[in-house]
Amino acid sequence: MTELPLRILLIDQNVTRASILEEGLREAGYPNVTVVRDMANLLRRIVDEDPDVIFMDLENPNRDVLEQMFQVSRCVRRPIAMFVDRSDTETIQQAVEAGVSAYIVDGLRKERVKAILDMAVSRFNAFNQLYDELERAKQELEERKLIERAKGIVMKERGLTEEAAYGLLRKAAMNENRRLAEVAQSVVTAARLLK
Amino acid sequence: MKLILGFIPLLDCASLVAAAERGFAAQEGIELALVRETSWANIRDRVIVGHFDAAHMLGPMTVASTLGIGHIKIPLIAPFALGLGGNAITVSLRLWDQMARAGAAQGSHVRVQGEALQRVIEARHHSHLEPLTFGMVYPFSCHNYELRYWLAASGIDPSRDVRLVVIPPPFLVDALRAGQIDGFCVGEPWNSVAVHAGAGAIVAPTTAIWPLSPEKVLGCRLEWAERHPRQLAALLRALYRASMWCEQPENHEDLAKLLSQPRYVGAPAELLRKDLDSCLVLKPGAPATRIADFYVPAGRSATFPWVSHALWFYSQMVRWRQVEFSPEHVAAAGATYRPDLYRAALSSLEADIPVADTKSDRFFDGTAFDASDLTAAAP
Repeated sequence: MTELPLRILLIDQNVTRASILEEGLREAGYPNVTVVRDMANLLRRIVDEDPDVIFMDLENPNRDVLEQMFQVSRCVRRPIAMFVDRSDTETIQQAVEAGVSAYIVDGLRKERVKAILDMAVSRFNAFNQLYDELERAKQELEERKLIERAKGIVMKERGLTEEAAYGLLRKAAMNENRRLAEVAQSVVTAARLLK
Repeated sequence: MKLILGFIPLLDCASLVAAAERGFAAQEGIELALVRETSWANIRDRVIVGHFDAAHMLGPMTVASTLGIGHIKIPLIAPFALGLGGNAITVSLRLWDQMARAGAAQGSHVRVQGEALQRVIEARHHSHLEPLTFGMVYPFSCHNYELRYWLAASGIDPSRDVRLVVIPPPFLVDALRAGQIDGFCVGEPWNSVAVHAGAGAIVAPTTAIWPLSPEKVLGCRLEWAERHPRQLAALLRALYRASMWCEQPENHEDLAKLLSQPRYVGAPAELLRKDLDSCLVLKPGAPATRIADFYVPAGRSATFPWVSHALWFYSQMVRWRQVEFSPEHVAAAGATYRPDLYRAALSSLEADIPVADTKSDRFFDGTAFDASDLTAAAP
């Protein structure tokens, strides 16, 4: 017996994350993925799509809205939060850690759903990693800018070359057991206060 | 020992915040890490997977999870109540004007307000207008049941004559202003925020519907409580002392400032201060009105987990068809609230603890809820 492809609804206000998961699902052979960003008319969309699986990110306060829709609406099949079957707490743990919630219509075969749940968890984790890297890169850039400014201040105040000014900052950082960016911040703050 | 507790930014997370910030947890040798959450569903899931040891939780949520209604069945318990009251029903200024023309008045009995709303709804029905829409915060919440109780007792069928939708508290005021909803039932400070923003008028505190009505609890997994009895008892003692501290008027200013921080409730301190003083501004521009027992953090056995409260929630789940009645459910629902753990933890303190596990509660329409009526049906 061939099974119909699962219909998947993805509710995520983060465009990048939604497309990462959507792409992953399509590549894995799930063509019926719908992405919803707008919370207005959500019930209508759910009724129209009649999804087997709904994903929603955990940062979204509208999770409570979604859960009520399952409670009250006779138009939608009632999915169950997170669990593939009623003993599967490991799945929920992985999903919550990755920051995604899943609602799955009861009665689907466990193996069928497990694969896409794992996919969602891994794609959310991939996104989190990307996000962390981006944040780190941003921070590094900020710190580099700060060090440049501190270097400029030291060069001007002490009449030093760029290399010597940098050396002085580094030495101060080592002596005080602080990060170079922290010393640079102190220099910039002090210069502003003494201006 | 560090305990991680989840909470939702609402007035009644006060005892948790005070326990963490004013030395009550430290006094018991525990450290509390409070984590702000964005939805009740997250609170439930993160308690279930063990991210949170315990949490600020909707009372009915512990019962729903224990019975497996609307979600997987995981036994949760409520060994401590986080105060009484603190909710109100607010409507748009437009609906308030219509209700006022139909007989409602600021500060009138909640029965009078309900009759006025019923007339407005009947008139809308005759004019073939769309039903009014009311917001609340979660299907298994006191807000949902209190709102429905008031509507039904006022001759309004909550399932047919109005639409009830869930809207997260931070979005309620905007939804009211935008006309997406005509009113809502929510915990403070969101009613006061709506009045302050000139978007709504408070019809009544829900304590007018049910005096000394319960609200949030400290919820945790039964299994966690069994594995960590000493930590749980220490937490209950810390929360008990923190609740007493929250109730003292001389601490209200400090507490309001503490709660107003963005990492906690993040609402203006002057609004929170009024809530703590049980004073509400009912309409934009009106002076504050004192409302007896509007929010009670500690006194009147406010922290005691009455088994009859859990049973009332279950009776409402059945009444509003969230679940079919079953005698087995009655026992399981009642066992969710744990006065035994409360008593054992607080026995070393000079606490005034009720001897009974249940009490009879009376509502504004004169009806009383007697838990024994329900338990009589149980095996």
